[in-house]
Amino acid sequence: MTNLEDFRQETAAWLEQNCPPSMRTPMKETDTIWGGRDFQYPSEDAKQWKECMAAKGWTAPTWPKQYGGGGLSSAEATILKQEMRRLGCRPPLFSFGLGMLGPALMEFGNEQQKREHLPKIVNGDIRWCQGYSEPAAGSDLANLQTSAVDKGDHFLVNGHKIWTSYANQADWIFCLVRTDKSSKQGGISFLLFDMESEGVSTRPIQLISGSSPFCETFFENVKVPKDNLVGELNQGWTIAKRLLEHERAMISEIGFADPSGGGAPLASLAKEYLGESHGRIADRVLRSEIARHEMKSHAFLATLKRAGEEAKAGQSVGATASMFKYYGTENNKEKFELMMKILGHHGLGWEGAGFSERDLTTTRRWLRSKGNSIEGGTSEVQLNVIAKRVLGLPD
Amino acid sequence: MSMVLNEEQIATQDAAKKLIQAHSPVSALRQLRDEKNEQGYDEFLWQQMIVLGWPAILIPEEFGGLELSPSFLSVILEESGRTLTCSPLWSSSLFATYLLVHSADSPARTKALNAMATGKHLVSVAMEEKARHAPYDINTRLTGDAELTLTGQKHFVINGHIADQFIVSACNAKNELMLVLVDQDQPGIIVERNWMVDSHNSATVTFDQVTVSADQMIKNNNLKALFDNALDVARLGLSAEMLGTATEAFERTLAYLKEREQFGAIIGSFQGLKHRAALMFSELELAKSTVREGFAALDNPNTDSTKLARLASIAKAQLSETLHLISNEAVQMHGGIGMTDEHEIGFFLKRARVLEQLLGDEVFHTDRFASISGY
Repeated sequence: MTNLEDFRQETAAWLEQNCPPSMRTPMKETDTIWGGRDFQYPSEDAKQWKECMAAKGWTAPTWPKQYGGGGLSSAEATILKQEMRRLGCRPPLFSFGLGMLGPALMEFGNEQQKREHLPKIVNGDIRWCQGYSEPAAGSDLANLQTSAVDKGDHFLVNGHKIWTSYANQADWIFCLVRTDKSSKQGGISFLLFDMESEGVSTRPIQLISGSSPFCETFFENVKVPKDNLVGELNQGWTIAKRLLEHERAMISEIGFADPSGGGAPLASLAKEYLGESHGRIADRVLRSEIARHEMKSHAFLATLKRAGEEAKAGQSVGATASMFKYYGTENNKEKFELMMKILGHHGLGWEGAGFSERDLTTTRRWLRSKGNSIEGGTSEVQLNVIAKRVLGLPD
Repeated sequence: MSMVLNEEQIATQDAAKKLIQAHSPVSALRQLRDEKNEQGYDEFLWQQMIVLGWPAILIPEEFGGLELSPSFLSVILEESGRTLTCSPLWSSSLFATYLLVHSADSPARTKALNAMATGKHLVSVAMEEKARHAPYDINTRLTGDAELTLTGQKHFVINGHIADQFIVSACNAKNELMLVLVDQDQPGIIVERNWMVDSHNSATVTFDQVTVSADQMIKNNNLKALFDNALDVARLGLSAEMLGTATEAFERTLAYLKEREQFGAIIGSFQGLKHRAALMFSELELAKSTVREGFAALDNPNTDSTKLARLASIAKAQLSETLHLISNEAVQMHGGIGMTDEHEIGFFLKRARVLEQLLGDEVFHTDRFASISGY
């Protein structure tokens, strides 16, 4: 226990000394530090902050030291997280390599692959994207058709991916490909390759919110060395499912990672836009809706905490990743719908002097939130998973 | 206490499950109803609960109690909620006991707590006067100078027909909250038993110029704070019981979805039912967390009353909404058989509504939560 207290003090002192003041202010989406070969850092401070954290391995605190990670125990990692939150430190690096590929490589990759890729993820040298969905393989992901044909020393990859997040800015891709047409789930393999390979091209997709975080990605006779196969041939579906769990965990916390939701909490926003009467939100009906939403959010966070404690105590965890994905994203959508109700006419702008920066941002974020319950498996798919895996209802 | 039950609590829960499953299945409640049982609860079952020490859980050792934390009662109430068990455990051993334990010392309090620790002395809180839960909307008066008299009427007094004493809320001439401990047989008190829709009991209790001595006044340096705390503890107790009721109703419904066949298929294979079942599961998980979190806070001496109030309102609102949903879906998914008195699922629907209203439904607690949160 004393050791942990020492660790807390040392960590606090180190963060105090090394985290630039500008990295302790609330961040916008465009401030996210993704890393990568050609990444344009939003500021010199952002670059410095990432570099000194990466040098300690604290961009991936619990990963083993031999792969560039921090080698921290989960108790120490929690302390680091708490101290960063206390000082208001921004995440030094955010990437799909850290949240998704890394954990999968740790479990399924061979030694050479771990040594090759993990340190570059920790340092933010390589930015990864995920090649999963295809035009005819959305919710029915296992229906994917992008093929990888064995050509002796390499695979020849042909196909068309969609909803590839930031493919146009990514350096490498982890990709699901079909290596056997005779078996649906059992004919999928997990490949890694460089986006600069000949035959790879991307096209951004503009969303209803106006932003373009996703791309279509095309592969035309792309040669991928056989060493880049992760796990066994045709074992890709197992890896994909595990990775999806990490992704769902990430998405379900989307609305909660930033408690301000990119602005004032609902209640103070409502007081500002709707006025007060005797210290209460003047609109009594919306006041009730806001309170009910806050109570449910509280219950959701308590459930995340309970699941963590149950796992730690070695008890079987009742709530599943699918439940968190379902509830977290539906809750986030509800939050933005409430914000739109509070903003009223102010929430209806696209551009123009009549709207504040916050009004316009809220509108765009409301539109973007609609994707939360679609990406990473739709809400309907999550409910199917709960019904089948947890409740044991028949097909 | 964390949100995970420890070994002692799990052992208590197992003991509760064993006793309640054996002696108090839903059919026992049906029997109490059909025979219009005089007591309205199974005395044999209550004797077993006394043997296990449950009525004494909250009572300090100096009064012959066990002096354990309320979380021990929470796991018992959860089990008794599963079978809709009728007993004075919540009304007397949790709500009234908590109020008395945390009030200032007095001969009347000592006498009551000593007797309550044996389980043979029952106390009910008489507080409701309006259509909906309104603890501070009080018309009952406590007036006079040298000699105080209590006049008013309370309804929805849970287990009032078997109570030996009542804790009654009233207002004095200055409109301040007063709590008094009166004997059920004091002159001027009329107790009328009511059969509730859920086959449990409540009473209408009338107080007509009842003489109250100074010793009968419940005292505390902040009476309203004490009353609020006791209400919140009682709300958490109800939430625990509701968690058991909702879980059981859900599990029974899920089992039915796996056995009933229509259109040549198990009906649980239909997506229209699957998704609703998955939704209920999710709501139940959230509800469970709010109960565990509430009792964990109650066991932590550093929890202040505002935090407790927030957590109690969240739990009672969450459980009210979840049990409402599950009890409705349970009847709907059972189809025609669910509408019959012969099938037990209807008992869950009836009990659900009573538990929802008791000490405030989600409408009451949403409003309260907003006020506590400063908006």
